[in-house]
Amino acid sequence: MSIQQSIDPAVKAPTMSGAEMVLKALVDQGVDVVFGYPGGAVLPIYDALFQQNHIRHILVRHEQGAVHAAEGYARSTGKVGVVLVTSGPGATNAVTGLTDALMDSIPIVCLTGQVATHLIGNDAFQECDTTGITRPCTKHNWLVKDVDRLARTIHEAFYIARSGRPGPVLVDLPKDIQVAQGTYEGPQNIVHKTYRPRTKGDGDKIAAAAELMAKAKKPIFYTGGGVINSGPRASELLRTLAHATGFPVTSTLMGLGAFPASDKQWLGMLGMHGTWEANHAMHDCDVMVNIGARFDDRITGRLNAFSPNSTKIHIDIDPSSINKTVRVDLGIVGDVASVLEDLLAAWKAGGYSANRGALDSWWQQIDQWRARDSLHYAPSSTIIKPQYAIQRLYELTKDRETFITTEVGQHQMWAAQFYRFDQPNHWMTSGGLGTMGYGLPAAIGVQLGHPEKLVVDIAGEASILMNIQELGTAAQFRLPVKVFILNNEYMGMVRQWQELQFGGRYSQSYSESLPDFVKLAEAFGCVGLRATKVSELDDVIREMISIDRPVMVDVAVDKSENCFPMVPSGAAHNEMILAGHSDGDPQPQVSDEGKAMV
Amino acid sequence: MDSVQRHTIAVMVDNEAGVLARVIGLFSGRGYNIESLTVAEVNDAAHLSRITLVTSGTAMVIEQIKAQLGRLVPIHKVSDLTLEGPHVARELALIKVAGVGEKRVESLRIADIFRARVVDSTISSFVFEMTGSTEKIEAFIALMKPLGLVDVSRTGLVAIGRGPDPL
Ligand SMILES: Cc1ncc(C[n+]2csc(CCOP(=O)(O)OP(=O)(O)O)c2C)c(N)n1
Ligand SMILES: [Mg+2]
Repeated sequence: MSIQQSIDPAVKAPTMSGAEMVLKALVDQGVDVVFGYPGGAVLPIYDALFQQNHIRHILVRHEQGAVHAAEGYARSTGKVGVVLVTSGPGATNAVTGLTDALMDSIPIVCLTGQVATHLIGNDAFQECDTTGITRPCTKHNWLVKDVDRLARTIHEAFYIARSGRPGPVLVDLPKDIQVAQGTYEGPQNIVHKTYRPRTKGDGDKIAAAAELMAKAKKPIFYTGGGVINSGPRASELLRTLAHATGFPVTSTLMGLGAFPASDKQWLGMLGMHGTWEANHAMHDCDVMVNIGARFDDRITGRLNAFSPNSTKIHIDIDPSSINKTVRVDLGIVGDVASVLEDLLAAWKAGGYSANRGALDSWWQQIDQWRARDSLHYAPSSTIIKPQYAIQRLYELTKDRETFITTEVGQHQMWAAQFYRFDQPNHWMTSGGLGTMGYGLPAAIGVQLGHPEKLVVDIAGEASILMNIQELGTAAQFRLPVKVFILNNEYMGMVRQWQELQFGGRYSQSYSESLPDFVKLAEAFGCVGLRATKVSELDDVIREMISIDRPVMVDVAVDKSENCFPMVPSGAAHNEMILAGHSDGDPQPQVSDEGKAMV
Repeated sequence: MDSVQRHTIAVMVDNEAGVLARVIGLFSGRGYNIESLTVAEVNDAAHLSRITLVTSGTAMVIEQIKAQLGRLVPIHKVSDLTLEGPHVARELALIKVAGVGEKRVESLRIADIFRARVVDSTISSFVFEMTGSTEKIEAFIALMKPLGLVDVSRTGLVAIGRGPDPL
């Protein structure tokens, strides 16, 4: 250190403890809420937290819940979600959440405590190789070994989490670094050495895309979570582009809400439980424009039969998504909003218009598919059909701003099919990882981002038990989240696969020894409600909405209902099973090859 | 169907903790082949290391490998030397051959033809050092087998583009 620096107080950057730096860095990053759970290795940070009041700490009941809550917060607000947990078991409990966020591209900064640097590698108490364990389930991670690099690392972490294809990052903080004194560095001059993702798409390719679209006879927009991640402007541009072209629009599970379900051009969700019209249109189209989706196996079905005759355009911010599983003809790397902006400009500048005649007959064909009414189910007046319960939930909540989260299973797919989303960022579900136990903590995170709004977790009776402890969090922080359980007394999705693929041998899929969900809610200081008859359903939903406290509703639904349409695993996109095997078409069978697939 | 091809890929990375684990974890996690991998710091002022990777796969897989490497945060540059034009590629090998009499003499004669150097010798063994292409080293090793080959240590390939330009 030069003498000049040590004697001139004006030049000297502020000195503080590592723990104080963590808090200051979070404040400078605009963080107002952190989801966490304390423990030995993060006590200095918890002490610093105690002595400030800029950041609100939400004490979860399990670290997995902290990450899912941060995901719900992030996905519904567009901000980065922040998690703070201790070393060892705190970090390992966070792994499922981090993997979930990686699969669904959710920006999360997870701060973990670590044993003191001199103890690392000694199997110290509550030591684990956190950066090693989380390397494959984060976008990037860091172990901070020098307090003077701490603040910079946290700022870098936020930058990496939110830019390019967003994702979870982790910063591991040894306890001695938290107590050491060092100089704080603000976020202003942090330019990352290597990570500068491309956001602007290639102009020539965009022009070529516009030309292909104008020539298309049977076009389709296949949209995904990337539209949501790109921000509200991307959803607006998608709507403008769809209306300018008149092309049909479908979306993955992750993209629901980017294009309004109430729009005439909306075909419904595609994929394994997608609509007949969306999957057939994907199969038969001649130009497919993939906007921020990734040709996931739930979407493509059997790869060698996927949309065999189309020219494929793929817009994605992640170059590795392009040509990963499906070869495309035109890959455009860039941020959805930026590329759509340029694509619209190219469409106008080229004086293009859709091929009207061809498009009209394409829509006629689509209308014939639509007429199959593939979401049809047999209504009942004696028993609550799960689809009906979601339709009623939609009807009774559609006039207010409502956020929906889900667990994983049949109820999740029915929610995607029957709840209608007109806005982005209002639908939070675990798509890529399919994590049971996601919905309740995610709803808590959403509620924190949107205090006055209605937030409903559409749940299954099995999934909800995976993170049921978070009802305690909802109660403590007076977060009026609603848990709407479609209780079919089965791990319904498992049961459905066993019925269709394994001869109806329901191995371990019955939900035995269920708790009384009403009493369980009450035990947590929440409100429990129940509906067992069709006639009770509307009243129970209304009551649930009217209570300004966390509510758990146990809805007894048909135990044997299956979720259709379904593209059985290993089948092609256009080989769907429909409900009520009545009309002429032979139902596709699951091949042995298909059984080997998830 | 796409045929499987071997590619030599050069990767410039920040020489920071865990960077090699990231690269190797990427290959094992996604089921890509690593035929060889070498790494060393090449710019100490900028803390840059250079990794040379030899891998094989269909064109689509090779494209994925490069895109996935490019996604890793501490990576500066990924270059496919096989695609980008002429380059020089070399390996270094240490090869131990034990034997006496005619076989011993024969091994020395062949080593001479291959321009391998003797870097250790006892009355019943040699250690040869040789650099060259993978094919040349493999040819030499094959010839040593019947002559008493007992041990081999190889660096794996390092490679650099021809001409005046840097990576
Ligand atoms: C953590 C986790 N474990 C196991 C699974 C496999 N799985 C998928 S759906 C499902 C059943 C879910 O049952 P429930 O929550 O009652 O929903 P339902 O299908 O009945 O609507 C299971 C076990 C999973 N997705 N996540
Ligand atoms: Mg169930």
